[in-house]
Amino acid sequence: MNIDFSTSIPIYLQIIEEFKRQIVTGELKPGDKIPSQRDLAAQIRVNANTVQRAYREMELMGLVETLRGQGTFVSQNQGLVEETRIGMLTNLVDDFVRAVQALGLSQDAALELVKSRFSELEAREEVNDK
Amino acid sequence: MSITDQALIISNLRKKYPKVEALKGVDLALPQGEIWGLLGPNGSGKSTLLKCIIGLVKPDGGEIKILGQVPSRRTKAQIAFVPEVENLYRWMTVRQAIDFTASFYEDWDEGRIPGLLEFMGLDPDKKVSSLSKGMRARLKLILALARKAPLLLLDEPFSGIDPASRDRIVEGIVRQFKSEVQSMIISTHAVGDTEQLFDGVVFLDEGTVSLQGNAEDLRDQYGKSINDLFKEVFA
Repeated sequence: MNIDFSTSIPIYLQIIEEFKRQIVTGELKPGDKIPSQRDLAAQIRVNANTVQRAYREMELMGLVETLRGQGTFVSQNQGLVEETRIGMLTNLVDDFVRAVQALGLSQDAALELVKSRFSELEAREEVNDK
Repeated sequence: MSITDQALIISNLRKKYPKVEALKGVDLALPQGEIWGLLGPNGSGKSTLLKCIIGLVKPDGGEIKILGQVPSRRTKAQIAFVPEVENLYRWMTVRQAIDFTASFYEDWDEGRIPGLLEFMGLDPDKKVSSLSKGMRARLKLILALARKAPLLLLDEPFSGIDPASRDRIVEGIVRQFKSEVQSMIISTHAVGDTEQLFDGVVFLDEGTVSLQGNAEDLRDQYGKSINDLFKEVFA
């Protein structure tokens, strides 16, 4: 796990975001075991109480489940994974919309730009693949 | 929060040296089971404050309560203090330094030593005089972590050492700190690479607390890292 602590966001939220990212991208699959709190704390050199807070929040959200004496596991709930993916994408789109509004672009112009960037970047990837 | 939830309570602590007023009425509360950073530039009063807690400096006024008790020989035995100054005999081997320190403390846990030596990459047969500054800092930490003291005070453990040693020390603290039974204060003026270690921070500015609180709450409240806040306060 890699987290950039130079940012101004509480560290436990950054840990949760990283797990969410790994879960929605499939790096972590339902039922996968995640590191123990102490191991993760040591690995990323973060206060164990901070890691504990992140795990507790993820348990409350239902993202992970801790089984006594066995460890912490990614939830088997596929619906929740999908919900998390939509939530993360919605946040990204919200940031984009606010940035576009701040720059004074109309909705139609912004959507046109998004389409043209999709074509451009996909074309570039095809070239790279060859 | 009741008084018993606090490992340490300091109220209106004052200390004046002939030429400088080191502490101008410091208030501080350290919750049990937490690691707090005592942050400030050199000369801000950090060492004086730690020395008052351990009992090496007698304050002019104010109150200190360690686990609910006023400082005494009894509370001193409950504190593991790592001073900034070199306190190791250079002619000893690492093993001798460990045995020597162990002889002073009833709460010494010899069982922790082999694992700590291995983790810190220290050879017990080496002479203290042959160790780098970073390696000596690692040894000093081992001597504190081998004790079952409920309160640990580390004075500038990262000062002037290489990044690899600093990372080892941070990781060693994360691995070994037992939040169920221990509380810790670490003084430092190098906040950047260590801020993720702290539950809470106290900014000490020329003998006065200018900011104090839970580290995550401060990041949330100000939208800044502790390091950025530190730079702002002490610019």
